[in-house]
Amino acid sequence: MNFSGLIQDFGPLTITGLAQGAIIALFALGYTLVYGVLRLINFAHSEVFLIGSYACLIVWGFFGLDQNSATPNVLSVIGLLLLGLVAAIIFSGLTALGVELVAYRPLRKRNAPPLAFLITAIGASLFISETVGVMTQRNIKGVPPLIQPRDVFVIGNMHVTNLQILIIVLALVSMFLLDRFINRSRLGRGIRAVAQNPDSAALMGVNKSRVISLVFLLGGLMAGIAAVMYDLKIGVTRFDAGFLLGIEAFTAAVLGGIGNLRGALLGGLLLGLLQNYAASLFGTEWLHAASFVLLVLILVVRPTGLLGESLGRARA
Amino acid sequence: MRQVLARAIGGLAVIGLIAGAAACNSDSGSDDTASGNCGYKLAFFGALTGSSANLGVNIEQGFELAINQFNEKKGSDCITVAKFDSQGEPGVAPGVARNLVADKKILAVVGPPFSGESEAAVPIFEAAGIPSVSPSATRVSLTANGWKTFHRAVANDDAQGPAAANYIKDVMKAQKVFVANDQSAYGAGLSEVVQKTLGAAVVATDKTEADGKQTDFSALVQKVVSSQATVLFYGGYYQNAGLIRKALTSAGWKGTLVGGDGMKDVGLAKAAGNGPATGTIVTCPCSPPEKAGGTFVTDYKAKWNVDAGTYSDVAYDAANMLLQGIDAGNNTPEKLNTYLKTVEYKGIANTYKFTDTGELDPNFIKVWTFKFDPTGNQIADQEVPTA
Repeated sequence: MNFSGLIQDFGPLTITGLAQGAIIALFALGYTLVYGVLRLINFAHSEVFLIGSYACLIVWGFFGLDQNSATPNVLSVIGLLLLGLVAAIIFSGLTALGVELVAYRPLRKRNAPPLAFLITAIGASLFISETVGVMTQRNIKGVPPLIQPRDVFVIGNMHVTNLQILIIVLALVSMFLLDRFINRSRLGRGIRAVAQNPDSAALMGVNKSRVISLVFLLGGLMAGIAAVMYDLKIGVTRFDAGFLLGIEAFTAAVLGGIGNLRGALLGGLLLGLLQNYAASLFGTEWLHAASFVLLVLILVVRPTGLLGESLGRARA
Repeated sequence: MRQVLARAIGGLAVIGLIAGAAACNSDSGSDDTASGNCGYKLAFFGALTGSSANLGVNIEQGFELAINQFNEKKGSDCITVAKFDSQGEPGVAPGVARNLVADKKILAVVGPPFSGESEAAVPIFEAAGIPSVSPSATRVSLTANGWKTFHRAVANDDAQGPAAANYIKDVMKAQKVFVANDQSAYGAGLSEVVQKTLGAAVVATDKTEADGKQTDFSALVQKVVSSQATVLFYGGYYQNAGLIRKALTSAGWKGTLVGGDGMKDVGLAKAAGNGPATGTIVTCPCSPPEKAGGTFVTDYKAKWNVDAGTYSDVAYDAANMLLQGIDAGNNTPEKLNTYLKTVEYKGIANTYKFTDTGELDPNFIKVWTFKFDPTGNQIADQEVPTA
């Protein structure tokens, strides 16, 4: 165990961990939202993210950009980023809605047992990921260097770059807006009502099907934003990118308390940090193992996760 | 409810079929029942899809070119090409290998390209008595398994490792080196040899997950930066290497990435971007493809419309060596295996002769270094001593 390395690199590990954690947190929202309302783990959410990570690349490709392009000027970068975000959000959102429509809604209409949902979720996930895999020959796709990482400020040996700030700020803003939407808006009230008691909500005139679609759509939007951030940070996407990160995002959702939006944020950031610290302390090969050991430990102490399940709980 | 479940299971089965189709072998051409030593098959076994597929495709194309040329000379479809896609995954390889040995027309295998899949698949070839010639599997311990049918047409990592270490020490004059690997049979073996040869110059080490199992290398990058190493040696394949190179450049690290033949592919530059990849050094127990004799370079380009890649020429030689054996009447796997034990074959890239364990004869070992240029090509740098 390399304690001196961890202490020496604590600052840089923290900032890179937060950036990775912010992406995981945005991704985790989709799991948590759907679980909160349907008590269903949407395993196909990893592919909702995957489609987003390709959608923005395809749009940037229209402008002739690939991984070897020069970085365009600031105005073009802002425009391209917005376009990429819009494309990723639209396609991720549509994928989420499509999965709901094809894989879950027919089962729900027939009152299928939970196990059937689990199987169709895994089926939909595999189907989309393998289709993308076959279409891309399982090759990687490079991302244009829209943002060249540059130090914005330096504290000790911690270099904070423009890209890291962008990722963290964008994640926090998205989270804040989503939280406001769920807690303050009429539609958000509908979501909370269905989460709390679907039948009473229906009696009160809430359209359950529409609420469920909305929940999938919101998860898709967040996954789309996460996908663009992931592309910019990692620089490459591939057909199973969603699977890897999906497991981490699902872990983060459980860690924070599945069904709890703020829990997903906390869980994501925490997981990003822990993975970095563990990789430094034990070696990068223990990255995944260490985070899961921690997950088990936390669940033993707090079975409902750090913040507990709360989407369904009534708030004043 | 039963109906729903049945549909769900049926749906999964369909998906399984689709997924399986990607891993399935595809034969081309038809059975030929011509007389003489025709009507047999030679098989390629290796990654045609997957995260390291480029290395497999280079080899398959060299292999297929040799057989096409042989058939043209014969004026018939004498020997048929059989392709088996292992995806380069040790977990997938055994099932695909069992499909291969079930085809009794297959006399020999060119492959497997990677060390990990070799460990998994060669025992199955061995049990079936089918000889294999790998153009690129370099892990040292592969020939310590007592296999009778395994041959490799390249030097192992006991040659490549010291060559890489010597280059780092003597040519790059690096004082501080960071050594990491991807825990694969190939990557771990190679980096071990490099680390041993470099000795005290190694300031720190780390291990990553394998290709496709990790995309965020922040912690490794931070360790490299903090170690003040000027060279990172990575034992692994091109995709991880590219991602790591990109992350290192983003973090402002100015050092050089050095690796082995598993990183010698344009895929590294594709993952990293050409800018960050420029200057990366890779060793290879192979000659530069453009140095291959005869008309190979132009023939290859004409057939596949791409330049010959890493080990395309060795695969071409391996196929021709086997074809020569079949043409001489060695038309069973046993006879062909005996033929391989004694043959000294002069090909376009090298001369090949195998030791009892299937290693390339030490007299024919050579290791070159290559440098990534700003277009992602690997330009021959120099031949380096292996001891």
